[in-house]
Amino acid sequence: MKHIISVLVNNQAGVLSRVSGLFSRRGFNIDSLAVGTTNIPEISRMTIVVDGDDNIVDQVQKQLSKLIDVIKVVRLDAENSVSRELALIKVRADTSVRSEIMQIAEVFRANIVDISKDTLTIEISGSSKKAEAMYEMLRPFGILEDARTGLLSLERGAKTILDD
Amino acid sequence: MKLSGSDIVIECLKEQKVDTIFGFPGGAVLNIYDSLYRRGEGINHILTTHEQGAAHAADGYARASGKTGVCMATSGPGATNLVTGIATAYMDSVPVVAITGQVHSSLIGKDSFQEVDITGVTMPITKHNFLVKDVDKLADTIRMAFQIASTGRPGPVLIDICKDVTINKTEFKPAGEKSRLNLKIKNSFTEEDLDKAADAVQKAERPVILSGGGTIIAGVTDILVELSAKIKAPISTTLMGTGSVPYDYPLYMGLLGMHGTRVSNRAVSECDLLITVGARFSDRVISDMRRFAPKAKIMHIDADPAEINKNITVHYPFSGNIEQVLKGILKRVKPIEDSLWAKSVISWKKEYGNNNIDKCRLTPKLIIEKISEMTNSEAVITTEVGQNQIWAAQYYRFKRPRQYISSGGLGTMGYGTGAAIGAQIALPDKKVINIAGDGSFRMNCNELATAVHYRLPIIIAVMNNGTLGMVRQWQTLFYEKRYSQTTLDRGPDFVKLADAYGAVGIRVEKPEQVQPALEKALSSDDRPVVIDFIIDIDEMVLPIVPPGKGIDELIYD
Repeated sequence: MKHIISVLVNNQAGVLSRVSGLFSRRGFNIDSLAVGTTNIPEISRMTIVVDGDDNIVDQVQKQLSKLIDVIKVVRLDAENSVSRELALIKVRADTSVRSEIMQIAEVFRANIVDISKDTLTIEISGSSKKAEAMYEMLRPFGILEDARTGLLSLERGAKTILDD
Repeated sequence: MKLSGSDIVIECLKEQKVDTIFGFPGGAVLNIYDSLYRRGEGINHILTTHEQGAAHAADGYARASGKTGVCMATSGPGATNLVTGIATAYMDSVPVVAITGQVHSSLIGKDSFQEVDITGVTMPITKHNFLVKDVDKLADTIRMAFQIASTGRPGPVLIDICKDVTINKTEFKPAGEKSRLNLKIKNSFTEEDLDKAADAVQKAERPVILSGGGTIIAGVTDILVELSAKIKAPISTTLMGTGSVPYDYPLYMGLLGMHGTRVSNRAVSECDLLITVGARFSDRVISDMRRFAPKAKIMHIDADPAEINKNITVHYPFSGNIEQVLKGILKRVKPIEDSLWAKSVISWKKEYGNNNIDKCRLTPKLIIEKISEMTNSEAVITTEVGQNQIWAAQYYRFKRPRQYISSGGLGTMGYGTGAAIGAQIALPDKKVINIAGDGSFRMNCNELATAVHYRLPIIIAVMNNGTLGMVRQWQTLFYEKRYSQTTLDRGPDFVKLADAYGAVGIRVEKPEQVQPALEKALSSDDRPVVIDFIIDIDEMVLPIVPPGKGIDELIYD
């Protein structure tokens, strides 16, 4: 079972290794981890997707809360939050298939962000499922390389992570 | 007032009322040691033989006194030598602040001489750690370190200070009232939860209390015994809880778990409510989880919310202030006058008790009971790890908390001598005895030099069986007597060793020599004494729960 955990941390050197170290030390599985600064410069936000049962996620949450640099840990309900990930996919695309690929991109509302004689680089954002579907469609053409961000999530509605 | 970083370190230590530092100097901490020399009045620096000894001594000081222990070392190997001591303190939730020097901030990451990423190394074994690269942040960092180490569930905190930070000057402002950190743990429970818990306690037919090291840290051992007496609940302790219940308390059952007493393990296997306080259900306590307290609802009261439901499923969870929970329950329950359960536990205790000492043989039981008797059970006992540690917990009649000092979680052989030094410095008026094994004592016996120099009259009672006894015991029981690499038939002669260090060495080979040897040792007031008790190689710690078995399936003699 996958769970989304949002963590506010002090934007400080070593915080990422404290968090990732805790996961490996305690044997928790990270599916994905995305991190970046927030609109408050001293605070970073991590979105971690954890694979495990309720007990494990409960432990993850409690152990994370004990880290001095962790400000807040919240479990997001997938139903009640918006989640996005971004992927950049470089696909083999000579003139014979270029327009076909561009059509696929259009269906997915993906952007072509780079083009060369033999390749296209496509940017797609959306749910993990959507990204997966895009990968499926592009695989036959030959994916040369790709990069994904991991999931980002925010709760729907007016409530924020800082509310109690 | 402008001060250098190294002066600020000393001033901050004074601010924290640090009276003792255990340490060892070196290049990266030269300036700090210079400041200590110039302005360290009121701070007693104990120079150990090895940084590991300093870390264990700071830990022993903290466990004996309840205050935060401080150790210091230089960068690189100095810092890595602290690591085992820091991990030991971490596993047993001991407040220790370790200060290490680091290379000049401009040399970090360049594999400079004596450079090691000690904050990286100690990340999983500290409650928190800091690398200080800016002198302006130094004072507050030290203040935070002490606050973190001692608040909530205590633990070690490491402060790594770059050498240039110790040189650079900044305005030093004494600590204000307010700290930057809010470390208060919220109570997880409500008044209704306490009502429910009290109701469960009141209705339990066969309640048992399990007391762990957390009761000692929280200072709630008296309340716990009061609760036990009020509801007639027998008490077991974990190894870390040793001393939290007086040995002579009628409902005290002794250790629980792998080396639990027969009465403890039986009572827990049959109880219908297990009230666990300040313990974390370690594998050494529960063994086979499915067979642990199978008839019981579990009530778990702990300072650390993460311990709840970590190793075992809890029915009545309480995290936060242990004292409030216990007082809340105590207030709500009515005294139970007559308990069949308590009576049967007392009768099992009598039935299983083995009081016939074999007086013709020099056994650990005979030795430790004699030590207990001759010290009026008032001594502070440190131990090494292995059989000596369990024998000490089994046979010394502890009266109070902080009297049994042992590496429970990490199981660090070589812990005891340093810990005894720390305990003796913390409690100069107490008799401190390290109950050791020959294997463990050899690991850090170099600290005898420290004890001799500072005239510490600690006694090292070596249970010398010429083997790594606990491992041999497993080889005997579970490995068909294949004694792979456990026989220590190679000295040294501990009496001569003691003599070489300037300590007193005594050898005891027969039961009748125990008393005079102890009399001599206990009369020493300014020299450490090593007593080399020669015991049989096949002495065992019993009972023992074999690996993978339930706690009710123990082997006893």
